[in-house]
Amino acid sequence: LAELLFWPALLAYGEAAVAYLGEARRPGRPGRLATWGVRVGWLVQTALLAFQAARAEGFPWTSWGGVLNLFSWLVVSAYLVWGCRARFRLLGLVVMPLALVLFALAHAGGGTDVGARSDLSNLFLVLHVGLLLAAFAGFALAAALAALYLWQERRLKRHATSVLRVRVPPLASLDDLVGRTIAVALPALSLGMAVGLARLQADEGFWLVIAATAVVWLAYAALLVLRYALAVRGRRAAQLSLTAFALVVVALPLAHFS
Amino acid sequence: MTLVLVGISHHRAPVELRERVALDPAAAAALAGRLAEGAGEAVCLSTCNRTELYVTSGEPAKAEADAEGALVGIAGVDELAPALYRLRDEAAALHLFRVAAGLDSMVPGEGEILGQVRAAYEAGSTGPLLDHVFRQALHAGKKVRTVTAIAEAPASVSSAAAALAEQVFGDLRGCSILLVGAGKISELAARNLLSRGARIAVVANRSVDRAAELAGRLGGEAVPLEQVEGELARADVVVSSTGAPGFVLGRDAVARALRSRRGRPLFLFDLAVPRDLDPAIDSLDGCYLYDIDDLEAVVSETLAGRRREAERAEAIVAEEAERFREWQASLDVVPAIASLRARAEEIRAAELRKAEARLGRLSEDERSLVESITAQIVNKLLHLPTVRMKQAAAAADGVLYAETVRHLFGLGEDDR
Repeated sequence: LAELLFWPALLAYGEAAVAYLGEARRPGRPGRLATWGVRVGWLVQTALLAFQAARAEGFPWTSWGGVLNLFSWLVVSAYLVWGCRARFRLLGLVVMPLALVLFALAHAGGGTDVGARSDLSNLFLVLHVGLLLAAFAGFALAAALAALYLWQERRLKRHATSVLRVRVPPLASLDDLVGRTIAVALPALSLGMAVGLARLQADEGFWLVIAATAVVWLAYAALLVLRYALAVRGRRAAQLSLTAFALVVVALPLAHFS
Repeated sequence: MTLVLVGISHHRAPVELRERVALDPAAAAALAGRLAEGAGEAVCLSTCNRTELYVTSGEPAKAEADAEGALVGIAGVDELAPALYRLRDEAAALHLFRVAAGLDSMVPGEGEILGQVRAAYEAGSTGPLLDHVFRQALHAGKKVRTVTAIAEAPASVSSAAAALAEQVFGDLRGCSILLVGAGKISELAARNLLSRGARIAVVANRSVDRAAELAGRLGGEAVPLEQVEGELARADVVVSSTGAPGFVLGRDAVARALRSRRGRPLFLFDLAVPRDLDPAIDSLDGCYLYDIDDLEAVVSETLAGRRREAERAEAIVAEEAERFREWQASLDVVPAIASLRARAEEIRAAELRKAEARLGRLSEDERSLVESITAQIVNKLLHLPTVRMKQAAAAADGVLYAETVRHLFGLGEDDR
């Protein structure tokens, strides 16, 4: 059943990713098809996660594949909250290929299998992992928004004639949303770290994980200070958001799974 | 009844001819009223691009001649006649639907025409046919604008400028505009921004009197041109259109102003030729500079987009025209259907009267039950023939079916 659920979800995400490319070229029907792809894929992936949870003893997403599976679901969930609205639709141009790749990698890493044994058996650990993943999903969404900002800003700077035909949210809205998303994700990261520190026992990799997470936390905290205290906004803020997310992408998997 | 259209538009007549038959709303309503006295129903649609008379009549040739005569009479020149177009029934309806959808306009999908069609309809002398066709035209116009993106993109330089500013700031409410130059072009662009909620903060001009005059009309404060740099800090959008031979604002001046803006972007529109704003301003972070060529390129792209959407819109209006044809054809069988139902009702009532002696013993409830059952039997018997006759009418066999029904049921000549 896991395989039966995985492939339709992957196909739906793939369809959405391709349809968003079509939407960028000629808005209209491709955008609607993409939205349905996202919805169908998300529903099927949700069913897969529910099936995995029902069959597992404890928290079933502790392997790196499992984490990617849950993470891709969180990213798509965050996008679904408001990403499918017409003005934000093109955000899918960034989000859906990312979700597609993460989901495929999760499958390759055995993260979509059923019946995995869990190392996380108590609520605190589940909370810790859940909060961290939710925070990283938020950072991923902020990065996607920042990428969309830079793309749109570049079109405006280059005086692209299609700028009013292929519409994306206004720069001010994108900039604001990047800041707000980070402002929500950072407390989730802080709480997840606090829960982890309270319950985790130090082992060989413990300090490496703590250091990597702390670096990510500092980077995003600095970003918020720059934005709200020193008025660093616009292109520079978007570039900094992408740089901080690159840190998440590189540092955390290395620290967690090395 | 036949629907007749006689009109003149920008496709076949230059403005010199069109202006001769351009009517204000009161005159258009009066003309419609006058034509309706002879024909039955009439609507006069008069805009800057067209004057069209829609009339219905049992004698279409006469109605057409009357409408043509009315227009030629108003124009007072014989050259009008060759420029007139004359359409009937489905072709006339299709034309009206295209007009309401903005497909016959100079700028495809322009929004003003739908309001003009509505106003003409409301001021006209309408009956069942024109009521139906104009309601359907308004529906088609709305549907085209909802289903397609034909009306979404701006069609003029000033509306493109406002739409571009929205791409940066989102909602323009609360955005401040700095107008550099107090000419017509600045005013047009400013009015477009104002209509979207922005406000004029400053009008700068070489002649402060002219700046004050414009500021009096649009709002804001008038300052001499030399103070422009100092005003940049409080503006979000700058619209410049002066007659100055060189740059009014340079890159360094804007760079200095940006330092005090705490990251707020600045959108500058240079509508002047020769240009007022140094093109190097565009290289500054957070600055967006569009000159007249950039704006015209955006407009021509959006117009191309409108033309592409127009293909989808044509399919919608063609569908509506087909529906109109079916409806109009169904009118051929309506009298026969009405006669048939009247005859059936007459027989039912007569039979009930005959049975009065026997029914007299029934209670009030039982009597009304008998009434209801007999009415239902009649309705059920006539339902299918009614539907089939309407379908036949849509397929152009309506008159034949109507005659057959009259013959089979012995419906009198007076029913026709």
